[in-house]
Amino acid sequence: MKEKIESLRAEIRDLIAQTQTGKGLYEVKVKFQTALKGIMSGMKDLPKEEKPTFGKIVNEFKQAMEAQFEERAVVVKKMELEAQYEKERIDITMPGKAYKAGALHPITLVKNELIDIFAGMGFKVFEGPEIETDYYNFTALNTPKDHPARDMQDTFYLADNLLLRTQTSAGQIRVMEQDAPPIKILSPGRVFRSDDDATHSPMFHQMEGLVVDKGITLCDLQGMLAEFARKMFTSSTKVRLRPSYFPFTEPSVEVDLSCSECGGKGCRLCKGTGWIEVLGAGMVNRRVLENCNVDPDVYTGFAFGMGIERIAMLKYGINNIKTLFENDTRFLEQFED
Amino acid sequence: MKAPFSWLKDYVDIDITAQELADKLFSCGFEVEELAYLGEKINRVVVGEVKALTPHPDSDHMQICVVDCGEYGHDLQIVTGAPNVYVGMKTPCALDGSTVVESNPQMLEKNPDGIKKIKKGKLRGVESFGMLCSGEELGINDDFYPGAEVNGLLDLAKDAPVGEDIKKIVGLDDWIFDISVTANRPDCQCILGIAREVAAVLKKPLKEPDYSYTAHKSSAAPVTVEVLAPELCPRYVGHYVENIQGGVSPAWMRKRLALSGIRSISPVVDITNFVLLEMGQPMHAFDADEIGGRTIIVRRATQGEKIVTLDEKEFTLTPDNLVICDGTKPVALAGIMGGLNSEIKDTTKNVFFESAKFARDNVRKTSRALGQSSDSSSRFEKGVDAYTNAFGMARALHLIEELGCGTVTELCTDVCAADLTPRTMTASVAKINALLGITVPDEEILSILERLNFKPVIDGDKLTVEIPGYRDDVDGYPDLAEEVIRMYGYDHITPTFLNAAQVTDGGLTDAQKKELHLKNILKTQGFMEAYNYSFYSPKDFDLMKLPEDAAERNAVRILNPISEELSVMRTFLAPSMLMNAVRNIRRGNDEGREFEVANIYLPRNTAESEQPEERKHLVLGIWGGKQDFFDMKGAVEYLASAFHLNFTFVRAQKPYLHPGVSAEIILDGKTVGCIGELDPGIAASLGLDKKVYLGELDLNALELDDRVRYTNLPKFPAVKRDLALIADEALTCAQIEDVLMHSCKYVTEAKLFDVYRGGQVPEDKKSMAFTLTFTPDANVEKAFTPETLDGYVKKILGNLKCKLGIELR
Repeated sequence: MKEKIESLRAEIRDLIAQTQTGKGLYEVKVKFQTALKGIMSGMKDLPKEEKPTFGKIVNEFKQAMEAQFEERAVVVKKMELEAQYEKERIDITMPGKAYKAGALHPITLVKNELIDIFAGMGFKVFEGPEIETDYYNFTALNTPKDHPARDMQDTFYLADNLLLRTQTSAGQIRVMEQDAPPIKILSPGRVFRSDDDATHSPMFHQMEGLVVDKGITLCDLQGMLAEFARKMFTSSTKVRLRPSYFPFTEPSVEVDLSCSECGGKGCRLCKGTGWIEVLGAGMVNRRVLENCNVDPDVYTGFAFGMGIERIAMLKYGINNIKTLFENDTRFLEQFED
Repeated sequence: MKAPFSWLKDYVDIDITAQELADKLFSCGFEVEELAYLGEKINRVVVGEVKALTPHPDSDHMQICVVDCGEYGHDLQIVTGAPNVYVGMKTPCALDGSTVVESNPQMLEKNPDGIKKIKKGKLRGVESFGMLCSGEELGINDDFYPGAEVNGLLDLAKDAPVGEDIKKIVGLDDWIFDISVTANRPDCQCILGIAREVAAVLKKPLKEPDYSYTAHKSSAAPVTVEVLAPELCPRYVGHYVENIQGGVSPAWMRKRLALSGIRSISPVVDITNFVLLEMGQPMHAFDADEIGGRTIIVRRATQGEKIVTLDEKEFTLTPDNLVICDGTKPVALAGIMGGLNSEIKDTTKNVFFESAKFARDNVRKTSRALGQSSDSSSRFEKGVDAYTNAFGMARALHLIEELGCGTVTELCTDVCAADLTPRTMTASVAKINALLGITVPDEEILSILERLNFKPVIDGDKLTVEIPGYRDDVDGYPDLAEEVIRMYGYDHITPTFLNAAQVTDGGLTDAQKKELHLKNILKTQGFMEAYNYSFYSPKDFDLMKLPEDAAERNAVRILNPISEELSVMRTFLAPSMLMNAVRNIRRGNDEGREFEVANIYLPRNTAESEQPEERKHLVLGIWGGKQDFFDMKGAVEYLASAFHLNFTFVRAQKPYLHPGVSAEIILDGKTVGCIGELDPGIAASLGLDKKVYLGELDLNALELDDRVRYTNLPKFPAVKRDLALIADEALTCAQIEDVLMHSCKYVTEAKLFDVYRGGQVPEDKKSMAFTLTFTPDANVEKAFTPETLDGYVKKILGNLKCKLGIELR
């Protein structure tokens, strides 16, 4: 019996040493357990007095071998892991994979950003109709039929009295008719002018802002636009007002921002002036307030209007307004965010 | 508005440079769009005096000159081929290294900047240290400098100092300001108007033009004036001038006109042009002997009345057109152009001058309607004030005298319906300051308004002004505030942040938030956002194969479109999206997904003048790659689930979609949109080699609900079972799904994962494999056992068999 045990010990030891895998080790273990079972079953033929001694030997043998199995199991596990590492090794210089999301159009991105900036200052968003009556687009905005300012904008007419709005200012009137001051609204949307060349698109977008309350001043307009400029462009962007003319504001101003490209030193973008014309604004004309039954002796206000495409082009460095409406996926995908 | 620097200096002592003046004008509201130096192309050209001449030994027409150019050399040898050279001649001399204007048309093609460089060199073996120049080589004509058009060298006046820069001698040392004048300031559409602003901004006095003249007695019969349409002609000033002399205008006037790009014609015509430029008052001169009945009648034309204008074009008129008539016939199209019949000729002896105000809107409408315009009409369209009419006339009469080209008579008339009394206005100084948000000192307000001719008086808070007659634009205290701040300087405006305003609540409305949410959902689905024009071509309706009576053809049309291609307002968005796909495919963008959210415009069946209905639509487009109908459907289903909408899909019949691969989207029994593959016929006609799928939804018909509602998780996990079913070909997935979903309340999802035909599946049958998800109730305390599940499946199979004849595979 002893010999049997020793020969089994030697055989199993060798087998364990040769084993490279967990599965192989398990098979060896089964073999060992089977053989051990055979040895143990032979025990019943032993004389009674030898049984305890032999039992002890078998037990020691079993424990010794199990220790070997355990020891080997640790080694094999490590070997297996190493093998897996090797097998699963990849070329990490191959290109990464990304889930391709879509993108919002830069006009939407800028519109959202403008809304965020002004919503924080208490502006509600109002969207008026794109097809307007002559009254809301012109007359109520102090631009009667024979007014030369009508020539400033080439209007698309649908009927005598009906047109594609040329400015989101039309929304001013609708809001003031609906709500009493204090009013702070933003009116973004499509506008249309009969102008189609390299730098003009017959449809574009504007964002109109209107504040009407007691004691609103030109300094407030300057302050609010300065805040807008800092948030939309950089914290060092400066605002310059200069006189201009719009029928619905008085005084009217053209608003320039210091050039974001050169910081005001003068470059190609700002044509060497250091300033970029960005929007028109002014104190709401008394006649406009009167047209909306707002008492101009009690309330004052300011309005500003900007081209969303213009802001987008400045912000993203887009050089041709037409690309905004071609919807080329190679253009659009650049605005993933 | 173009204003020469030299001309402005006639009215104001300007002691700053042109660039500095441009900056000043900019700050007070007059942007100088371009400041051009006249002598830009001329460099190192000086006055030379020809001291000696010898014939060129190897040429029969060239001569060798010795030229005195003062400090640039007293005996420069220059060869010239000009025949008019003579000893003692003073002529422009282009020195070595100078530039002049390229006058050779062949060289101009190669040299588009138009500058010719002069270098010393040899002409047939004889050295020449420069070039003697013609007027053409300086870019000037006779009006600019007398004799400039002579074929040969420019013969300068004898008093021209030798060595002096030629630009100073011939008037090229000058700047042209191209000034952008805003629509409220028609008074600044003339040199005098700009000069007034220059004087005010420089705090200098304005030297008014000379309006004086002497009226002589005349034996001629007076010309009477009658204005029958005072609403279109608020003032008409006429004056009779006799003994008209021809000849040429003096050099100073010709030069002024030349600087403004106008050629001299005759003294009388030049005077009318000059007064328009200087005063902004369009003038017209009639040959008084051609005015029948010695009478002028200003009236609306009769229907069908005809006139032939100076440029020999005939027009048929309507009562919307204002005409100037004599006793019998129209002699001018008011404010636009004179009639051929009363034109000034070389033989004209007597002239009837007109200086009037015509309503700007009427001039514009007539000009547009007839397609006829002139410098006068464009000036009238901007607005001429009645105040200036008389000054314009006086100035013209003064010039008649100054030029000695006629005798001003006493015969004059002034028919005036306009109120010419100076308008006075009072305003509160405090209110002006309150609007600006700063306090401008009273003395500044007074000084500024004084300089702008408002004759201001301040008494306490009360500011009283008299508005200048040419300032029709001023009608309220904010106008005065603007006058003050534009001269005081916008840099005085300091930023404040609505110190007086009430706090308001801002942000998007719910509907606007949902629209943004919708866009973001589509973005996560790989769609890129498109923006298309709101109008397209009526041909797009044909392209989309819409029948003649299709609802989509009932569109709002633009009366004055840019082109037919952009003439109808969109009634559905699919054509625009199709064009996006086509453009992308043609540019090699083989695969894509786009969407657009925009309004469509539907005419109302009532009055034409009523605003059309605007409805917000969503259009989707996908093309290329492995994408198919179900990608489109999946995107729509994803939207539906995000907004808690229960869409069902039924086969669609849209002319532009594949009848077998398209579906209408139904919500609560109503069609709210459609999806499908572009009709292969249309795809072929567009030459598309990729399939395009389009989807369009009426967002106004959807109640978007994006609130998140949490459902408690079941205590036990859901269990999935796969079933492969043999079904008739004719059965749709939806029919089977319906039975699967409604045979057992625990089935929360029935998802098709495979369709198989052939093999053991009989003909006319298909195998459809579904995964059923059984979800226990949240409050159930035990998991499904295999036995209970078997029971559910058995029941489902029973239903499938009895309702649809479906067997388990």
